[in-house]
Amino acid sequence: MNNEITGAEIVLKSLAEQGVEVVFGYPGGAVLPIYDTLFKQNSIKHVLVRQEGGAIHAAEGYARSTGKTGVVLVTSGPGATNVVTGLTDAMMDSVPIVCITGQVPQHLIGSDAFQECDTTGITRPCTKHNYLVKDVNKLSSVFHEAFTIAQNGRPGPVLIDIPKDVQFASGTYEEKNKIIIPSHRLFEPSPDFEKNKIEEAVELISKAKKPIFYIGGGCINSGPKASKLVREFINMVGSPVTMTLMGLGVVGSSDKNSLGMLGMHGMYEANMAMHECDVMINIGARFDDRVTGRLDAFSPNSKKIHIDIDESNINKTINVDVPIIGDVKQVVEKMISVWKDKKYKIDTDSLKLWWDKINKWKEVDCLNYNNEGKQIKPQYAVQRLYELTKNTKTFITTEVGQHQMWAAQFYKFEEPNRWLTSGGLGTMGYGFPAAIGAQVGHPDALVVDIAGDASILMNIQEMSTAVQYRLPVKIFILNNEYMGMVRQWQELLHGGRYSESYTDSLPDFVKLAESYKAVGLRAKTTDELDDVITQMIETKNTVIADIWVTKEENCFPMIQSGSAHNEMMLSKDQKQDKKSAEKGKILV
Amino acid sequence: MNKSVYDSPDQVSEIKRHILTVLVDNEPGVLARVIGMFSGRGYNIDSLNVAEVSNDENISRITIVTHGTSEVVNQIEKQLLRIVPVHSVTNLDQEGSSVEAEVALVYIYISDSNKKKVYQLCDLYRARKIENENNTTIFEIAGASERVNRFIKEINEITKVEIVRSGPVAISSIQKNEEE
Repeated sequence: MNNEITGAEIVLKSLAEQGVEVVFGYPGGAVLPIYDTLFKQNSIKHVLVRQEGGAIHAAEGYARSTGKTGVVLVTSGPGATNVVTGLTDAMMDSVPIVCITGQVPQHLIGSDAFQECDTTGITRPCTKHNYLVKDVNKLSSVFHEAFTIAQNGRPGPVLIDIPKDVQFASGTYEEKNKIIIPSHRLFEPSPDFEKNKIEEAVELISKAKKPIFYIGGGCINSGPKASKLVREFINMVGSPVTMTLMGLGVVGSSDKNSLGMLGMHGMYEANMAMHECDVMINIGARFDDRVTGRLDAFSPNSKKIHIDIDESNINKTINVDVPIIGDVKQVVEKMISVWKDKKYKIDTDSLKLWWDKINKWKEVDCLNYNNEGKQIKPQYAVQRLYELTKNTKTFITTEVGQHQMWAAQFYKFEEPNRWLTSGGLGTMGYGFPAAIGAQVGHPDALVVDIAGDASILMNIQEMSTAVQYRLPVKIFILNNEYMGMVRQWQELLHGGRYSESYTDSLPDFVKLAESYKAVGLRAKTTDELDDVITQMIETKNTVIADIWVTKEENCFPMIQSGSAHNEMMLSKDQKQDKKSAEKGKILV
Repeated sequence: MNKSVYDSPDQVSEIKRHILTVLVDNEPGVLARVIGMFSGRGYNIDSLNVAEVSNDENISRITIVTHGTSEVVNQIEKQLLRIVPVHSVTNLDQEGSSVEAEVALVYIYISDSNKKKVYQLCDLYRARKIENENNTTIFEIAGASERVNRFIKEINEITKVEIVRSGPVAISSIQKNEEE
């Protein structure tokens, strides 16, 4: 009996043993015992957000910028339902999160008690796994398993729902190393995993005449060493490489092999190369519909190698020739040693012809935009932000929409884990709390949320959080008074009927910042832009920089829905053919 | 090919019935996880059966009958394996590799005019009358779904019936070593 502690104490002890340094949360009736225990200790820091949705995005930003697991603590009912968007976001983008929710005491479960909801029921499809802990003695083993599951294999969110009576009850704590997790509950790649497939893949690459590497977020999730190995292997092959939105930074933007991002708003040369390649090496990407465009015209003449840790991604939308299930780091390490052992060398003549072709595509200069006049073009704003921050350790987060694509196109990432954006779910309101999380994880780094005027309002309440914890996050708003991407689609696909995509009555963002005791800056013309950016960087405080950009700029190049990689639209003047435009309209 | 916002380029294989047998940890919510995966991703469940099969290890076996192309069923299997408490997923669709059976209970409305025919048919299908306190004619028939289907079709032609069916359960018939 002497060794017994309360459930709430077990929660904190488990977090401490898991090496958790910070918890993002919001208190409420059903988690009061845990908050009480939190109050009595000093090892774990708590960041109080202003809405639970902010807590989980902050945890995501923390997790993705540090490589650690993000931890969230919220109450029952509305606390739990408010994190559902973030859980889904973390599920789609494979972010390791442990989310603790309070629950009404067990004797009230099912009685429609105050702030009761079926949390495990609601979150079942948007978590990797979830638990309702009914026995205080199982609490520590559940926590240790939850952390392992969140990080293991393809990472993702795990939720632990704890009734209030379990938090008060006394039980015994079990240490991490005493917990045995049955192997079927985890993904354990064996050391000789897929040896034959790896050899087959490497041989295929060695015989390629027009290879391309297609790199995704899985490389980032596999840790910084994975990015290093991927770069090394690509250099050995001498092949061009393109990255998905989630994979930016795996290969540096300035790397001679990099063609930049591919997909709907990707680079012309990257998409053309994907279309015409003869061997495609997909590492840690999942053939997302934003990447593939029309499936029946997707890279028609290539042999496809697909490395993924999640077997369900194999042949899900695109049939591949050589699937390899495993962790990027381990698989690519093996590929490199096979390449060296067999003394493979790619045919340099064909490779040169391939690069010549790619360089021709590069001449199209697909990111070209008209930068005349005093008005700030959004692309120019991102370019200047990059130029003025490139020598600082900078983390960029984004919201979702046009600004997100311009950030991906014009900000050059040289390292992994520096780029945090909501890719799969496309969550407006992600960027600002994610920036808060990244700043908590990297107090001395520059963290900039490139935002749109509509997205930023979705979690603007977190200004209060940023200021309270003296987090010098910078919000860089490309303000065009529109939901820009909605407006763009309405222009291109709905006859220019801008239904509800204009935001009237936007706040004065400078005054808004000031009202939170933060700093507000504004640039209305190109002359003012550099000064505002410099001032923003130098301010040791939370800043909102309100950048007034041209209102009707569109994000190009673009593969419209229903089109293929080789049917990119480079500007507004170039119209999609009617038939595929009609077909595309019904897609997302 | 499976699902995407885009049309699938080549629908290659035909839609077939598949029996999946899924071993799971017997813990709260596990059935909801399995069913939720089907409904959430737009797959079909024709029938589903679940019961604990090992007391000591706390393992249940779920038998699911579904239909789809081999690509779709392949994806279903992989999605099931992603569920944490799932031990294994086996597709028993290979011919001759498994046996299946289900049980149907049939309440038969009986009269003097059809009594003989009913009993003859039940005899033929080896349907067994279940004694009950109210002395109503309730028959039990077990076997492959095909056989149960035929029985129900024929009894329906004779008289009115009420039916409850368990849906099939199936097990691999491939020889195994005891150690496994």
